[in-house]
Amino acid sequence: MNTTTRRLAGIVMVMFLALLVSTTWIQFFSADTLNNDPRNARALYAQFGTDRGPIVVGGDAIASSVPSDDEWNYQREYAKGRLYAPLTGYYSLVSGTSGIEQAENDFLAGSADALWVERVQNVLTGSDPQGSSVELTIDPAAQRAAWDALGDQRGAVVAIEPSTGKILAMVAKPTFNPNDLATHDTGKANKAYLDLLNDEDKPLISRATGTHYPPGSTFKLVTAAAALESGDYDESTVIDAPVTYTLPGTRTDLPNYGGTACSPSGEQSLADALRISCNTAFAKLGVDLGADALAEQSADFGFGETVDVPFPAVASRYPDPDSLTPDRVALSAIGQGDDVVTPLQVAMITSAIANGGELMEPFSVETVRDAELEVVSETRPSSMGRSVSESTASQLRDMMVSVVEDGSGTAAQISGVTVAGKTGTAQTSRDVSPHAWFTGFAPADDPQVAVAVVVEQGGSMGSEATGGRVAAPIAKAVVEAVLNG
Amino acid sequence: MTSQNLTVEPRQRRPLRIAEVFLLVLALGGGIGGFAMVGLSIRGELPDQFWFRSMLLAVTALVAHVVLRLRAPWADQVILPAVVLLNGIGLSMIWRLEISDATGMAPADAAGNMQATLLGAIVAFALLWVLKDHRWLRRYTYTAMVVGLLLIALPLIPGVGQEINGARIWINVGGFSLQPAEFAKIAFAVFFAGYLVTNRDTLALAGPKVFGLQLPRLRDLGPILLVWAASLAVLVLQRDLGTSLLFFGLFVAMLYQATARSSWIVLGLTLFGAGALTAARLFPHVGARIDVWLHPFDASQYERDPGGSYQLVQGQFSMANGGLFGTGWGEGRPFQIPYAFSDFIYAALGEELGLTGLTAIVLLYLLVVQRGLKSALSVRDGFGKLLAGGLAFAMALQVFVVIGGITRIIPLTGLTLPFMAQGGSSLLANWIVIALLLRISDSARRPSDLPVRGQVSAGAPAAEPEPILVGSSGSDGGTPADVTPPAGSNLPRRRVTDRDPHGTPGDSAPTEHIGTDVPPEHRGGERS
Repeated sequence: MNTTTRRLAGIVMVMFLALLVSTTWIQFFSADTLNNDPRNARALYAQFGTDRGPIVVGGDAIASSVPSDDEWNYQREYAKGRLYAPLTGYYSLVSGTSGIEQAENDFLAGSADALWVERVQNVLTGSDPQGSSVELTIDPAAQRAAWDALGDQRGAVVAIEPSTGKILAMVAKPTFNPNDLATHDTGKANKAYLDLLNDEDKPLISRATGTHYPPGSTFKLVTAAAALESGDYDESTVIDAPVTYTLPGTRTDLPNYGGTACSPSGEQSLADALRISCNTAFAKLGVDLGADALAEQSADFGFGETVDVPFPAVASRYPDPDSLTPDRVALSAIGQGDDVVTPLQVAMITSAIANGGELMEPFSVETVRDAELEVVSETRPSSMGRSVSESTASQLRDMMVSVVEDGSGTAAQISGVTVAGKTGTAQTSRDVSPHAWFTGFAPADDPQVAVAVVVEQGGSMGSEATGGRVAAPIAKAVVEAVLNG
Repeated sequence: MTSQNLTVEPRQRRPLRIAEVFLLVLALGGGIGGFAMVGLSIRGELPDQFWFRSMLLAVTALVAHVVLRLRAPWADQVILPAVVLLNGIGLSMIWRLEISDATGMAPADAAGNMQATLLGAIVAFALLWVLKDHRWLRRYTYTAMVVGLLLIALPLIPGVGQEINGARIWINVGGFSLQPAEFAKIAFAVFFAGYLVTNRDTLALAGPKVFGLQLPRLRDLGPILLVWAASLAVLVLQRDLGTSLLFFGLFVAMLYQATARSSWIVLGLTLFGAGALTAARLFPHVGARIDVWLHPFDASQYERDPGGSYQLVQGQFSMANGGLFGTGWGEGRPFQIPYAFSDFIYAALGEELGLTGLTAIVLLYLLVVQRGLKSALSVRDGFGKLLAGGLAFAMALQVFVVIGGITRIIPLTGLTLPFMAQGGSSLLANWIVIALLLRISDSARRPSDLPVRGQVSAGAPAAEPEPILVGSSGSDGGTPADVTPPAGSNLPRRRVTDRDPHGTPGDSAPTEHIGTDVPPEHRGGERS
């Protein structure tokens, strides 16, 4: 019987070998697949059960994890939820993550490669991993000023430090309260999420970085820049400024705002045309320059690029020049054609002009510090390239100063400070009040802040709105907050 | 026959079992260390009654060691430490799940299982103390069959049987739930061993040959058919694929071990497969398990409740989370698997101890099983060979069925992992199995004061009739003394090789020294 017993021992060996193989298969070869299965709550528990690092603005945590008594151990809380929602995003069991919570998740969760020393320490000491804190570039006073100035109106404000690209303020309304989504009461979180998804105002999408608007007259900065860059124009070049301009190839007459004449003579300098935001002059100028020049200048200002701030902002768009008929080129030159922008993009245009023509890449995360407050990552300002020459930038600055001094943007004046700016009023359709724009920077000779403001459908002023009356005061408030801070 | 028995001096000092002491210290360190780490990890302090419980486990191991030293000094020194380690790790995991406070882990009861462990060890080592010779069990061959059949019939009796999770394999005795199948396993092993050692030749050779397959005679097959029918009845009436597979596998393995008819293994597996397939078609409970096995990640299987693949998939998630090295004691989330403390303790251990830990656990089981099979090889009597082989194989099969079910080699069944899963019946029965294996290994390794092979022919009466060697399956065909005919039996072609026809089975031991490993042509004077 010993031979058969030995054979049984052999069978046993095969059986146990099979067990080792199947166990290895699960724990090693298919572990990744299993760990990433959406039904596997472990990843969620691992993620939500860690002491996530805070998001810090001006020394105060605007998002932080506080110990909770439930199975998740930590509850994410947002100190000023709505105010910072376009930046922080949310961290939710139900709807996942967005904004900085998503973009900086590796650091906040403490799992980034850069934190390997800390992780090794955690393994050795047996302590639980702690997330790193993410410090933002936001100026809390400017953020608050933008929020308050925008009031109950819908729209967005973006402020950038021109020399570095630091985002100083980013407000969008309507917005949402991330605490509603972060709650561990999944029923409530689910309902809040569905309500937000179904809301016609789309509050989950940040109007500062995620929504396209027609740029309106703020695009005249791009058109003017293209003219100056072409070498055929300077700020005093006299261009046609008729009462109405018949769009080439059509019988449509383009009027000026309110049907008024830009100039008694029917022509004016480029600077004057920008100062009073003359539609007919810029429409004709655009046609004269051509779609290619406008497209090229737009691209130099960052159109067509998805900027990560660090969460992605949607790319602004100037249409394919080949597809444009001359009438569409004319409309695009005054920001009423097929060109669309985000408020961040408009702020970037102004920021590049303020910075002598060099466009700095906007960013909102200044430093990342580990649990021991050691800096693990610091964002260095980086250039996205030169948008316009220094002389173009300087001429544009002078023109924008006159806009605020005695043009369409006088509402942005600040006593003792030279403000440069440009208004915009973007018509979307006949029945709807236009969006009011203002973008500018200050001080004009030593720019500390560039701002873009959009107020949807004229805000509280309705159809009477122009960028000068509705949006400029908001920009002024933000600039003051930055300069006084 | 291992070389040991052929080469050592007949008179040998009793082993001091120092290796066992050393290994027991390691095993207790592993079990108690796990226990301590669970407490430190989850609560930041040593568990309640840590020293008391640890000492209790240590004292149990010590007492077991002393019993072995006194009553079975030659027994294998690795089996006990391996089992103590498995049992200790199991207890730590059950306690870890108990204090997780997760819903669903409420029935986890480490203290109760500790008591069952103590009871199991006490019963096992009392048995070892009382049972001086395993051959004594052979007298109860048919009693064991009846007991085994009664045990598996118990759950079907109204009022006694309990149905839990769709399988009717439990009985309720005085408030305690018992799984009688665990004990039936031992009874059947005793029965098969006793029956086959007597009848193996007639089974192998006396029947008609059909299509080249040697079939046994019907009347020799009677008791076997009875047990085969019983194991199918378990499958059908109790809806328990695992127990049925265990009995059937035990039966086929021992039949093969005794008769060397490999064609019967094929036949047996075919029969069982056909039975299981029919059952899967006829009974939704069994059929659902097969669907779950094949497509656990399908939404329809995952979401079906009850009977869906939720538990299986959660077990896979748990093991995947453990990865190579595990999360560490108390750091994972094994309590998310339903019945993590019993059916799925393997997956729970996989999460916290990782592939490394599970490999160690599988190898520990393999060690125990192979030591049991080694005893089967070395022991001198056929009954002991079959009993040790059967018990060891049954444990291997049980481990395979449980872990194979969790890791999707085979469909999931209702068996429990020996020594680890929560459950008093399983602990008690498996400790008894260990006691029997230790008893047989003591007998196998005990140096015989009887002559070794070279002296046999000289010492044996010359007038002894030549063995009628009827085996035809190679070297294993004839181990003449394996068969000791019961008194009064008068089978036509039985081998009459007893050197001492008047002795008890134990007394026939010397003839066993004709090495069963030695091919017939080397047996010299033994053959004509």
